Amino acid sequence: MRELFDDELKKLHGRFVEMGLNISEQIYSSTKAFMEHDKQLAKEVIDADNETNGEEMRLEKQALSLIALQQPVATDFRVIISILKASSDLERIGDHAVSIARETIRVKGNPRIPKVEKEIAKMTDQVRDMLEKALDAYSKSDAEAAKQLSENDVQVDKQYLLIRDAITKAVEEDTETATASSSYFMVIRLLERIGDHIVNLAEWIVYSAVGKIVELNPGKANPELVHKLYSEEIVKEKDQPTSNQAKPK
Amino acid sequence: MSNIITSKDVHLYYGEKEALHGISLDFIEHQITALIGPSGCGKSTYLRCLNRMNDLIKGVTITGSIKLEDRDIYSPETDVVSLRKRVGMVFQQPNPFPFNVYENVAYGLRLAGERDKHVLDERVETSLKQAAIWDEVKDHLYENALAFSGGQQQRICVARVLAVQPEVILLDEPTSALDPISSAKIEDTLLNIRDQYTVIIVTHNMQQASRISDKTAFLLNGDLVEYAKTEKMFIHPDDEKTSDYLNGKFG
Repeated sequence: MRELFDDELKKLHGRFVEMGLNISEQIYSSTKAFMEHDKQLAKEVIDADNETNGEEMRLEKQALSLIALQQPVATDFRVIISILKASSDLERIGDHAVSIARETIRVKGNPRIPKVEKEIAKMTDQVRDMLEKALDAYSKSDAEAAKQLSENDVQVDKQYLLIRDAITKAVEEDTETATASSSYFMVIRLLERIGDHIVNLAEWIVYSAVGKIVELNPGKANPELVHKLYSEEIVKEKDQPTSNQAKPK
Repeated sequence: MSNIITSKDVHLYYGEKEALHGISLDFIEHQITALIGPSGCGKSTYLRCLNRMNDLIKGVTITGSIKLEDRDIYSPETDVVSLRKRVGMVFQQPNPFPFNVYENVAYGLRLAGERDKHVLDERVETSLKQAAIWDEVKDHLYENALAFSGGQQQRICVARVLAVQPEVILLDEPTSALDPISSAKIEDTLLNIRDQYTVIIVTHNMQQASRISDKTAFLLNGDLVEYAKTEKMFIHPDDEKTSDYLNGKFG
């Protein structure tokens, strides 16, 4: 009996991690498509989302059936509830990746801002790094690692504010980039939201591992923090001589 | 997946009192079916109809039809002894005979005329293994079965039923007198034998029904309220009464 349940639980774990890895791939592909103006890849991301949604449904069905038929308690209960909640976050992340892919199709052919795109690539790396750390923490049931990775969300939020400034500045300089800019705004907003969902995921890892409901979003715990880091970054940038100024004429 | 037992419109009366109001249930081969419902709902009474155990009670009248494969078990030609060989039963209280383990398990076979020592040895061992009790009794086969714990006695009784190789095994609350660990072992046993036998189990323990059965029938006051796949029953039953009962709101 016990073996049967453990097997089912193992399958559930496996499915969840696989779904996470697929989602990470989706984020990578959607932003790659966006940067490289690759309409074909964007379409592939959009198509792959059906698979993600189907996988989430299968995962939910399996988890619900385990709850209803096996009445798990204590650790097993926490594990299943966490997967159930965290899979919704994964699914939302997948939806955001699709929205990024849609922006690729919308913006294609309009003048773009390479500097901003470089920064968006950096933001994508930050977000994917968080997600991979979260999946690793999930596999090891490591509450400490989950807490640590959540702290990185403040860097994602700061990057969001900095890119927002860069976009505004670029549009002021060249109004031709207005169409691309609206897409950039959308994409960075989506990446920022993905960061928040990964923090939610980390919160469920903590619940699963130690049974505590926690708030790990550093921006929520300390709303001033992001703006403080952002202001410090602005001051740093102003203090630094630009490369042009540094060159002797 | 064919039906091994089909029952249609089964009414049962204890004298004037009608205890079953027309139950129609079919049982699929090699599946575990659970019969659940509050005390007095008729689930044990119905179960006992399936191998004519109610024949022994005075004043009982049964109408409707119950077929094992395609033969009516209540027809005058039916030999009750061979029916019970095909449809075995395990009761709530472990009831081993007051002699050794080996003889308990071999009893039915000897009764059927089996004399070959090799056949008996082989069947006793296989049955005890299937009932997940072999490791605990293999060195004590000639000790009195009553000397074992309740959980072990119950598994010896399951082995005794398995030894005669029935097609259907009826269990009437087989774990209600056992502790959770022994109950879990009986549950394991039932899951192990599912491939070879059809199991019909009456249980008060809804968790047990949900954990091991493929289909569940819910009876209330002598009526069949709902009969469906266990997963459906425990996640979205059709009838509000089923949901209330499963949630412990009555019964």
